[in-house]
Amino acid sequence: MVESWWVSTLARGLAFSAPLLLAALGELVAERSGVINLGVEGMMILGALSGFAVADASGNPWLGVMAAAGVGTLAALLHAFFSITLRANTYVSGLALTMVGLGLSGLLGKPFAGRPLAHPLPKLDIPGLSSIPWLGPGLFQGQNALLYLALLAAFLLWYFLYRTRGGITLRSVGENPAAADALGVNVYLVRYLATAFGGAMAGVAGAYLSVAYRPSWTEGMTAGMGWIALAIVIFAAWDPLRAVAAAFLFGAFYHLAYRFQAHLPPEFLKMTPYLFTVLFLVLGALGKSVRLGAPEALGRPYVRGER
Amino acid sequence: MDGAEASPPSQETPPFLELRSLTKRFPGVVANDRVSLSVRAGEVHALLGENGAGKSTLVSMLYGLLQPDEGEILLAGRRVWIRSPKDALSLGIGLVPQHFLLVKKHTVAENVALGLPGVPFLAPTRGLEVQLRQLGERYGLPVDPRAYVWQLSAGEQQRVEILKVLVRDVRLLILDEPTSVLTPQEARGLFQVLRRMKEEGHAVIFITHKLEEVLEVADRVTVLRRGRVVATLPVAGASRARLARLMVGEEVAPPKAERTRPPGEPLLFVEDLWVKSDRGYFAVKDVNFEVRAGEIVGLAGVAGNGQSELIEALTGLRRPSRGWIRLGERDLTGRDARVYFEAGVAHVPEDRTHRGVVPSLSVAENLILKHYRYPPFARGPLLDRRAVRAFAADTVERYRVVAPSVDAPVRLLSGGNIQKLILARELYARPRLLVAAHPTYGLDVGAAAQVHRLLLAERDRGAAVFLVSEDLEEILALSDRILVIFDGKIVAELSPGEASKERLGLLMAGVAA
Repeated sequence: MVESWWVSTLARGLAFSAPLLLAALGELVAERSGVINLGVEGMMILGALSGFAVADASGNPWLGVMAAAGVGTLAALLHAFFSITLRANTYVSGLALTMVGLGLSGLLGKPFAGRPLAHPLPKLDIPGLSSIPWLGPGLFQGQNALLYLALLAAFLLWYFLYRTRGGITLRSVGENPAAADALGVNVYLVRYLATAFGGAMAGVAGAYLSVAYRPSWTEGMTAGMGWIALAIVIFAAWDPLRAVAAAFLFGAFYHLAYRFQAHLPPEFLKMTPYLFTVLFLVLGALGKSVRLGAPEALGRPYVRGER
Repeated sequence: MDGAEASPPSQETPPFLELRSLTKRFPGVVANDRVSLSVRAGEVHALLGENGAGKSTLVSMLYGLLQPDEGEILLAGRRVWIRSPKDALSLGIGLVPQHFLLVKKHTVAENVALGLPGVPFLAPTRGLEVQLRQLGERYGLPVDPRAYVWQLSAGEQQRVEILKVLVRDVRLLILDEPTSVLTPQEARGLFQVLRRMKEEGHAVIFITHKLEEVLEVADRVTVLRRGRVVATLPVAGASRARLARLMVGEEVAPPKAERTRPPGEPLLFVEDLWVKSDRGYFAVKDVNFEVRAGEIVGLAGVAGNGQSELIEALTGLRRPSRGWIRLGERDLTGRDARVYFEAGVAHVPEDRTHRGVVPSLSVAENLILKHYRYPPFARGPLLDRRAVRAFAADTVERYRVVAPSVDAPVRLLSGGNIQKLILARELYARPRLLVAAHPTYGLDVGAAAQVHRLLLAERDRGAAVFLVSEDLEEILALSDRILVIFDGKIVAELSPGEASKERLGLLMAGVAA
């Protein structure tokens, strides 16, 4: 009994944390370059819809995932154009992206609603590893390939950020764009690329929901996860490996809240993502690493010659 | 340029850098007016001028941050176009900026690796660390490549900036006001480095408004005034007085510190004061001192040794953790800034554009920022606009603030004029204590002299003046007593007679003397 509790919490928590982690890693890269994109929720839902539509039409779920990444990228580039090139208010632009994404997906998604996906992404059982006691069944049984992709991405990103030339460039642009510019780094290009990566990851996160986790399309199916992803970035102090832990914590919490739904009013369940977001932001703000970890130029457009 | 006459190759090699009639206009001003000058390899060429003389504009054009409207830049005799810092670096031109462009959270090696061609994608800093140590040894610039920049002193950060440039095989090095953040000892070290670079065949442009530095380190000097080249002359044989005349255009009398009456009773009492910084550690530790009425007490120290926190505590902007601050009989400890102001404390803040004024408000509005609540400016809940404007017009004239009009936003004013405006506002209420932080930092000679006269006049009126400055000449010239702060503690109290630049420099660096 104890074991089944633990296994299901681990398994479901992980499954639920995958889209959070994917979206958070993307946003983390964007923010490391100095760009805040509050449009994560919008990019996710657009990714969810386009992922479902393409997977449904082609019969190939991986094509759906790729389409979602492409659509997420396009949406992010829109934000990049407004906030980096036109230097419009970056918060308003991101919020607008979320609203447009939610509205547009609701409109375009009508014909897909309530239809199950014939060929979702398969669940994997990894032989051998899944028989490890306690950990095995949760980690390696019935999980989706995208979860492992997300975990791999976290490790690769950590290595990229701290151990490569590209990482130095990306972090420098987010900390002190003037310093990077003075050494011939194209600040705008770096920010565009980072923002686009954030969009692609958010799109994939959305596709995880509609092509793998719950292979169907429902209006508003991201249910505030984009906001949680934003909170995870802060709570993780902009570190990819901490993001893994933070995403799992969120996933596990959410799963537990879900389990107790019989004892809770449904409004409470709807509120949980936002409640956790606020809770995590408060916890993060109390810690030192979040205050000191934020990229210094976060949210500030760069203009050569202005200080 | 003059066709047949200038072209024959009779002259030796062309100068490394030549500027011909460079002109740059901004709305309403000609920042650089037909500036021509040449810099040879193996030469330290000083660019001397007051603030606003056009030095920064010239540098920005050389480093690709601005484009000239007219004129040509020639490098080793060939015309070049420098459209970005990247172009400048690839042409062999490097800049050590006045305000460092470093990523504080990164290591020294990471800062150098940024944007550096030829750095491997994986393990980008490994090879660099060796190279940095070698360069450091060759030029006398020791820095630990693995140290984080935020851990370094200003002098060490400057070394990183220089190394950043040297690693890129730069032939021409431009240093913008490089000594403004250094102790005298560190400045001397920098001059050694410059001589070393000269020997290695580098060309160096050294921008400054300090005459001593020109005389000490430069081979030739070009003097700029109001955007124009006034003269280019060899430093050997040039005198301080002559350079000053060229730079300012008029004779400036050094301020006379002679007093009309002796200091009075102690007025400001600071006892056992402990103040925390934003990062949560104690930046001011067990500080005790007094300032008398009619006395100027100078506080010398390298930036970041607790001065900022002490100033904020003395003006009610930061609550001390322990200790007492009294003004006369009145205990002000822990009260807020308005109580301090109403008790007679005036504040000339160190960050004049961010703390001293509201840049987008007008000159008149900024002048009454502290007095708007009281008559004659307030009439009940309303402002008497006419009284405000009349006061502003009068004040602007009396303090010789150069502004387009009293309705113009303050951000259009130069640093010197903003400072005069702040002083005018702070002195209006006839304060009992004036806390002045770096009051002449970045000001030209004329404006600095006026600020000094105002401080001395306040002293003679009977105000207590607490002067915080990194400019040791200023401290030595004005102070009746000198305190030295290091690592949050007052490490020495000296009379101007027993203090010298050297001694203060050692004390500021934490070396007991």
